[in-house]
Amino acid sequence: MPLLDTQNLTVSLTQDGIETPLVRDVSFSVERGETLAIVGESGSGKSVSSLAIMGLLAKALQIQSGRILFEGRDLRTLDDEALRQMRGRDMSMVFQEPMTSLNPVRSIGSQIIESIEENLGFSRSDARARAIDLLKEVGVADAERRLKQYPHHFSGGMRQRVMIAIALAAEPKLIIADEPTTALDVTIQAQILDLMARICKDHGTALILITHNLGIVARYAQRVNVMYGGRIVESGDARAIYNAPRHPYSEGLLRSVPRLDQDRSIPLKPIQGSPADPFTSISGCRFHPRCPYATHICKQEVPPFTAGVACHFPLTADALESAS
Amino acid sequence: MLGYILRRLVGAVLVMLAVATLVFFMIRLVPGDPIAAMLADAGSQEAREAMTRRLGLDQPVIVQFFYWFGNMLQGDLGASIYGSNQPVMKILMEALPKTLSLALISFLIAITIAIPAGIIAATRKNSAADVGVSLFAFLGLSMPDFWLAIILIIVFAANLQWLPAIGYAPLADGFWPWLSHLILPGIAIGTGFSAIIARMIRSSMLEVMQADYMRTAASKGLTQRVVLMRHAFPNALIPVITVIGIAFALLISGAVVVENVFSIKGLGRVLIQGIQNRDYPVVQGAVLLISAFFVLTNLVVDLLYAVIDPRIRYS
Ligand SMILES: Nc1ncnc2c1ncn2[C@@H]1O[C@H](COP(=O)(O)OP(=O)(O)OP(=O)(O)O)[C@@H](O)[C@H]1O
Ligand SMILES: [Mg+2]
Repeated sequence: MPLLDTQNLTVSLTQDGIETPLVRDVSFSVERGETLAIVGESGSGKSVSSLAIMGLLAKALQIQSGRILFEGRDLRTLDDEALRQMRGRDMSMVFQEPMTSLNPVRSIGSQIIESIEENLGFSRSDARARAIDLLKEVGVADAERRLKQYPHHFSGGMRQRVMIAIALAAEPKLIIADEPTTALDVTIQAQILDLMARICKDHGTALILITHNLGIVARYAQRVNVMYGGRIVESGDARAIYNAPRHPYSEGLLRSVPRLDQDRSIPLKPIQGSPADPFTSISGCRFHPRCPYATHICKQEVPPFTAGVACHFPLTADALESAS
Repeated sequence: MLGYILRRLVGAVLVMLAVATLVFFMIRLVPGDPIAAMLADAGSQEAREAMTRRLGLDQPVIVQFFYWFGNMLQGDLGASIYGSNQPVMKILMEALPKTLSLALISFLIAITIAIPAGIIAATRKNSAADVGVSLFAFLGLSMPDFWLAIILIIVFAANLQWLPAIGYAPLADGFWPWLSHLILPGIAIGTGFSAIIARMIRSSMLEVMQADYMRTAASKGLTQRVVLMRHAFPNALIPVITVIGIAFALLISGAVVVENVFSIKGLGRVLIQGIQNRDYPVVQGAVLLISAFFVLTNLVVDLLYAVIDPRIRYS
């Protein structure tokens, strides 16, 4: 049984009586200790899917259909109290914005300790000792003194380390990291990702790593889901997709970021046009207006998700040749 | 920090000296004079002149001012020119505990109502409870203090006879006698005050509840109550504290009116009687004391900021 098994998840926004699906029919699973990357441009529904799993959706958003099985238990059948108890203990989250994700008027220590006390039932002094260990583990030097400091004493990278310590506080089985490095300096990004990878390996924690950058996922994740317009358009082995993307969107994402294995002189090519907006209806494949390979059938029929890709004309070596 | 407090105290003293000067001249702009107020039409011309000389009112105003100012700097506020000619300091010190007690009780009543009302209104936005709080705030703000005071006396003192209608009992007479005299006037003053604070807390809470760190707190598996009380409420209080500081002014001005309705011989009553009698030294002293109170409240508010918000450091 996978640790997390999301089946046909659809999440909608209800506004002025109109329902707009933001995440459509998304299915994926995460094994224990595994790292799954979710990649896609802004607005593709990555955060909404992960907040749905955490049970932290905003009031205007509801899970329309589908199942979220965590260790076989359907989270949708649980009440608020049972879900609350799972947060922190079974799964936790690292958010995108380290500058605003910590409470500015509470000490770093109290924000770590409260999670340890709540979820592990430690006494204050035991929780403090554990908080110091956690800070050391995430690479915050002088942990004892730093515990008493406030978020404004920390740089963005350091705050994200604190966020990781908080996520790790109760040894959850799954951590969802929602673009943990997007807000950070490029030089810090790799450090934070390496840290997360090491920690999840050491603790056997499963990780859902959400990112814009398909170029880095092969290094950190075993498998990857590529999302576009609220759907998963390609899913599979991270290395395989990195080497030979089958969805034109995945190919576009890869061409828009620097590759480690590629000649620097090849210019980056951003995907033309702007991402599909959930509020405008697009017939057929939602990517077709931006797809260089689109044909008339792409405009009319939604491509089914088969063999790891949702495309009428998945790229193969042949297709690549005939296109060029 | 200590340097900051010292600088603020020096500033406070300067403000009070300016207020003292202003009041000295302003009270003399009020038409009518103390002699007329005291002797009415009865006094003869000689009696008037004798009294004017005795009170030093025959001197040029500027001389009177320096005389009074010099004495004030030595802690002598002069004596009432009315009735028994009591020293102003004594009159004020008798009135001060009454007004402070009233302000304290009003304040406690106000925040006891405002904090839960504001939190409930924010967490159940647009619910019946929220609408109820808005309605209460609207009523609380539009009812004049004195009108509410009279209604309270009629209902709780005259009809139900639960609480005394008028007067004041010092704390030395016991806690309940003291408190019982302050409940009705405290409600009369505190209601409008609580309406203002409840609305501030509501809007501030609503803003804080949108913050990213609230989601982080929820992601730790904390209960809704802990998230609200530990992460939302203290943060929401930061902007509210300024308003509480400013609204303290309302409490005192409320006291001026309400003390008269309840016949409590506090600062408000001293001030009003002083003005009616053109009792210059008493008015000057009372205003000086009230302004000292404001300046101190503001200082306390600023220091409270540093306690509740670690990002603020005074130096
Ligand atoms: N609370 C909300 N109310 C209304 N619309 C929302 C809400 N949350 C998300 N959306 C919409 O849902 C869509 C998907 O949002 P989501 O945050 O999941 O994107 P994302 O893939 O995480 O993008 P990013 O990379 O920018 O974080 C967007 O169009 C967004 O505007
Ligand atoms: Mg997002």
